[in-house]
Amino acid sequence: MSTLSDPPSGSFQLSMLINDTRYRSYTFQFVALVLLVAAMAYLGWNLVQNLTAAGLNISYQFLGEPAGYDINQTLISYTSQSTHWRASLVGVLNTLLVAFLGCIMATIIGVVVGVLRLSNNWIVRKLTSFYVEIFRNVPVLIWILIIMAVFVAVLPQPRDFRGDNPEASMVLDAFAFTGRGFYSPAPIFGPGSGVVIAVFLASIVGIFAFRKHARKALFERGQLIPTFWPSVALFFIPAILAFFIMGRPIGLDYPELKGFNFQGGIFMRNSLIALWFALSIYTAAFIAENVRAGILAVSKGQTEAAASLGLRPNRIMNLVVLPQALRVIIPPLISHYLNLTKNSSLAIAVGYMDLTGTLGGITLNQTGRAIECVVLLMLFYLTISLSISALMNVYNNSVKLQER
Amino acid sequence: MKKIAILGAMTVAGLSAGAVSASTLEDVKARGKLNCGVTTGLVGFAAPNANGEWEGFDVGVCRAVAAAVLGDPTAVEFVPTTGKTRFTALASGEIDLLARNTTWTFSRDVDLKFEFVGINYYDGQGFMVPKELGVSSAKELDGATVCIQTGTTTELNLADFFRANNISYEPVPIETNAEAQPLYLEGACDVYTTDASGLAATRAAFENPGDHVVLPEIISKEPLGPLVRHGDNDWADINRWVLNALIAAEELGVTSANVAEMSASAGNNPEINRLLGTEGTLGEMLGLEADWAKNAIMAGGNYGELFEKNIGENTPIGLARGLNAQWTEGGLLYSPPFR
Repeated sequence: MSTLSDPPSGSFQLSMLINDTRYRSYTFQFVALVLLVAAMAYLGWNLVQNLTAAGLNISYQFLGEPAGYDINQTLISYTSQSTHWRASLVGVLNTLLVAFLGCIMATIIGVVVGVLRLSNNWIVRKLTSFYVEIFRNVPVLIWILIIMAVFVAVLPQPRDFRGDNPEASMVLDAFAFTGRGFYSPAPIFGPGSGVVIAVFLASIVGIFAFRKHARKALFERGQLIPTFWPSVALFFIPAILAFFIMGRPIGLDYPELKGFNFQGGIFMRNSLIALWFALSIYTAAFIAENVRAGILAVSKGQTEAAASLGLRPNRIMNLVVLPQALRVIIPPLISHYLNLTKNSSLAIAVGYMDLTGTLGGITLNQTGRAIECVVLLMLFYLTISLSISALMNVYNNSVKLQER
Repeated sequence: MKKIAILGAMTVAGLSAGAVSASTLEDVKARGKLNCGVTTGLVGFAAPNANGEWEGFDVGVCRAVAAAVLGDPTAVEFVPTTGKTRFTALASGEIDLLARNTTWTFSRDVDLKFEFVGINYYDGQGFMVPKELGVSSAKELDGATVCIQTGTTTELNLADFFRANNISYEPVPIETNAEAQPLYLEGACDVYTTDASGLAATRAAFENPGDHVVLPEIISKEPLGPLVRHGDNDWADINRWVLNALIAAEELGVTSANVAEMSASAGNNPEINRLLGTEGTLGEMLGLEADWAKNAIMAGGNYGELFEKNIGENTPIGLARGLNAQWTEGGLLYSPPFR
């Protein structure tokens, strides 16, 4: 009789894995995991088998061999005798350069356009929404190609600067805008220039310290200290003073037309400019929409309350609306930064040698090591995307609502 | 046990779907079409004409192989490939034959596991510049901006040439010939470099070909030829001997005009008889019909006819035979005997 009065024992039975809701989800997840791992293992195994059958193997030895090709834009020293690894590094730096420049420019354009889309002025509002719709809805590759084609066709070529009566001339004798890129003077650092640079850096730190001080004064004592003109003064005056005190140690190297091209100065290639510009305006269209959404997400009562306190519109925007809107804007902004970085792999369309162009393009082609190169490429983009994501999340945490 | 059997079956299916197919010849016959990799468009070598039909010197090789294998020169699926995609396309089995002015090099043959079946054009890398620049030698190109097709041997030759002559240049990598043309014409680069035959073809497509000169320096050896995958020797043999048949036909005086008559019955020349299948069993040895070579020659003519029709001196491209003449006329074309 005792068996009847016993409650169901806690002993675990195999059928509970399916029938008991406490375990069922684990069972299915486990089965799915096993299937996934099996599928991946099968694909990997199949790959190895096929490679073996075709007489190929996986080897990264090629990275240590001389690349044999030249790259136009190199941020680190590189010759055709450098290794494939070095060529890949050049590509990595080029990718990071265009991604960095692109993110900054896209943010600036995006924020400005996003704010202007909410303008009370009908023309401004319509123009900016026209911009957003046009750039958001045409693939970025098309924009890259169009901008490059226009760039090359519209601007004069170096040969047009030649002769007694040239078709084109340099701006201020220092800047040359050609279809091959922009040339500008480059600084030459003589002895003692270190002091000038140190002073300049120190004054930038000073600007930040001053602004922090002003902010503190505003929040704690309600004292309004003007920041704009003091900041400008801090930016220029100490550095210029140091420059003259040290006897003008920094000179300028002007670009000059020699032979086929301009020589000297800083050269910004048409491929970099076209890619940078295209990525920026494309991504900025998305960012503008985020900014607009973020601003609209701040309740209208906040603006009205601030206005009733007597704040002027730009102060309302800076002190009340934007700090709250940022919380909405930052998370999607991260994903746009990632998109921009990944879109930069379209660089080869205009001959910009990013990582996809060097490691994933020429190196892959000359060595025939497709799988190895593609795996490295994936690893790089994964690393860089996760890093950007991590950095931006740190920033996001700093602006998000502090719960007390 | 059952599961293992299923897994095993899946594996076999996966393997057979992979690159290591049993026999390319059987695949092509079963498909009824030859998948032939060509350029994305290089006038004279491979480009679609006004009617959308592919034509050119390399296309001729594709059609000859299709005619020999399937008896129909139009049974070809042309797959346009860039300098970058061509080897992957061939290695993955997407195409059966790559006839895309590809340079035969050691590493492509040995390391990339391909089989070059012969040489259909002896070429070398050259430079083209606008006449107005007044350049007469490649050694005067110090500091020039050079447009170059990426993923080709020309890229490496260029680096070597400028390094050997201790002069600098600015490379502008371009994906295809079509993209290079506007950049060169707009002046975004001073020089365009590729194989001399490609330069001639590109120049012929310009509005004013006379405004551009090809510099005299040829900085490399570029033996261009069709290639197939490693590992299927029978298929490589077929392609090799179709190419040889076209070359031998010119040497033996067999043309598209007289091949039908010559193959109708055995003639006096035993080599022609063996080539055209009226004597011996060469076709059978290849696993093809006895009239394989006849079909190949009928498709577009012998080597000389293909050359004259597509890139010869009477075409806009205007290439002289030069090294590509028969060995009997001072060239390098020399087919092994059909025996």
